[in-house]
Amino acid sequence: MQFDQILQYVLSGLSTGAIYALIGIGFSIIYNATGIINFAQGEFVMLGGLLTLTCLDLLKLPIWAAIPCAVAVSTLAGLLFERLAIRPLRQPTPINLVIITIGGSILIRGLAMLIWGKDTHAIPSFSGDDPIAIGGATMLPQHLWIFAITVVIIVINKFYFYHTISGKAMRACAYNRRAAGLVGIDVRRMVLFSFMISSAMGAVAGIIVAPLTMTAYDVGVMLGLKGFCAAIIGGMSSGMATVVGGLLLGVLESLGAGLISSGYKDAIAFIILLLILFIRPQGLFGKADSERV
Amino acid sequence: MKKIFAVCGVFCFSLMFATVSFAAGTIKIGGLFSVTGPASFLGEPEKKTLEMLVKEVNSKGGINGMKVEAVIYDTTGDATKAVQLATKLIKDDKVSVIIGPSTTGESMAVIPVAEKEKIPLISCAAGIKITDPAKRWVFKTPANDHVAAEKILNYMAKQKQKSIALLTVTDGFGSSGREQIKTLAKQKGFAIVADEVYGPKDTDMTAQLTKIRGIKPDVIICWGTNPGPAVITKNVKQLGIKIPLYMSHGVASKKFIELAGSDAAEGVMLPAGKLAIYDVLPKNDLQYKLLKDYDQAYRKAHGVEASTFGGYAYDAWLLASSAIRKSGTTPEKIRNGIEQTKKLTSISGIFNMSSKDHNGLDLSAFEMVKVSKGDWSLIK
Repeated sequence: MQFDQILQYVLSGLSTGAIYALIGIGFSIIYNATGIINFAQGEFVMLGGLLTLTCLDLLKLPIWAAIPCAVAVSTLAGLLFERLAIRPLRQPTPINLVIITIGGSILIRGLAMLIWGKDTHAIPSFSGDDPIAIGGATMLPQHLWIFAITVVIIVINKFYFYHTISGKAMRACAYNRRAAGLVGIDVRRMVLFSFMISSAMGAVAGIIVAPLTMTAYDVGVMLGLKGFCAAIIGGMSSGMATVVGGLLLGVLESLGAGLISSGYKDAIAFIILLLILFIRPQGLFGKADSERV
Repeated sequence: MKKIFAVCGVFCFSLMFATVSFAAGTIKIGGLFSVTGPASFLGEPEKKTLEMLVKEVNSKGGINGMKVEAVIYDTTGDATKAVQLATKLIKDDKVSVIIGPSTTGESMAVIPVAEKEKIPLISCAAGIKITDPAKRWVFKTPANDHVAAEKILNYMAKQKQKSIALLTVTDGFGSSGREQIKTLAKQKGFAIVADEVYGPKDTDMTAQLTKIRGIKPDVIICWGTNPGPAVITKNVKQLGIKIPLYMSHGVASKKFIELAGSDAAEGVMLPAGKLAIYDVLPKNDLQYKLLKDYDQAYRKAHGVEASTFGGYAYDAWLLASSAIRKSGTTPEKIRNGIEQTKKLTSISGIFNMSSKDHNGLDLSAFEMVKVSKGDWSLIK
């Protein structure tokens, strides 16, 4: 086994892992603010990619304008989703909410299929397609964009949750909703915020991967599941643990496909998911009773 | 109250007679396509094509003066549903021939129904087991996967390429192609040195390709439908792999070049059905006019280029309608008519049916093409 081969597996794994991480954080933000798993998270990934396509092709916007535009529309979609599907629920038991998010994801996917059709679409790379050699391995400029944007988003995330009032309020909701409500935090608004933030993050993830993976109305399903795996590995934390979870998942998948057999690539991801849920349900890095923010 | 009943009664009677008199001059054709669901890329163009053709023939006075009525159902790619709908077509709608289903799985499920009820079934799916062995009432229009595979291997033999790395998708199309290539390679003395797979929704195949790069085969053969092959083409470029890359006929459309980018797709070779490349065919090709007419009519009606998949339904229609024209309208006569089809120029190729061969296409159904400067070019 040659060194450059291993290096390539790791690089490929890291770049897919960064995407899983970004989607995974979207899952955990909503989980922490509301206690539900939002299975529609993958659909926002899809919306990000397809809306960018619309902005580029129909509105003829340049790429730097198309991206914020697509993120804004996806955020709006997240807002509407929370207002129309989550908030009206009288007795929000977790199981009801989870079923609603699954229903919502099917609805969003169906609408996307009607609007954009069933074809796969390509989006141009942000800065060219010439591979960059690192040792014996190669990566694309787009991969650098993925790493950079993931890092920026994680930093912003950290700042928001620890250094702003509304971020701290959201953490308070995570600790104890009732107590947060008693000290005057508008819990429902925080829930709404959490949906907006995570749909925006999902959309960003969808946009930055689209030049590599292409996009279609049904890309959200698998990416959503992998993001969910990443969040589980990270113990549903909205910080570094999920990022590490995502990267770990990406690298293991890639090494598994390269060294064992590509037939087991997805199986590897889901076996890890099951093992974590059985053995360490608090996540790979969490202590049994740690804070989950 | 009585009056109302009387009126209703009269109305019902008139309705009954109306349908009866209508039915005398119509022939009913059933369509089973997976218009929605995972195989919608097959079913949708097939449905649109059949509707377009029926409309066209009716505007020209029908077949031998009989109007054609198409009853089309959406199977959503579900084999159980396909069986139910096939039964419905036969028992309730009383169709004389069924076109479809779109996928191999559904076709295999519907075959027993067609055989039992003695209704000719013209499948639009490519799987070889549909017509091998030949079943009395079952035909299919897409050329067998192994014909496409054989085309690639024949070309490889000419180039003196010996070892093959396989990269196939883990769905029906990919695994069927994988089996065919393996069997053919064994017969023709090629060596399979790598046998990798990927999932239909996978977004990065660099791991598999890195492994293949380490093995250094003469060629890579990838068997799948979009978007996987486009991702692979991009990944090959990213990894700087210089090994010749062959694709299946499953990506023989401009969409593939568009998705992979003309830069990355440069030099990719594949066996293509003639529809995708008719504009580079010589003008004296037997199929040229038909292909051009179909593509232009389809573009006019739906605003997108005609696809090979829609062509499968077109051919099924050609087989059925010419059988009806020549032989008659009962299921038995249509079946015999289809089986006796000889030298029928169609979208997929030239059909020559026999009692042993219910597909009727040979190697001439495909042409080897290469991507050059963002378009297809024929390999001589």
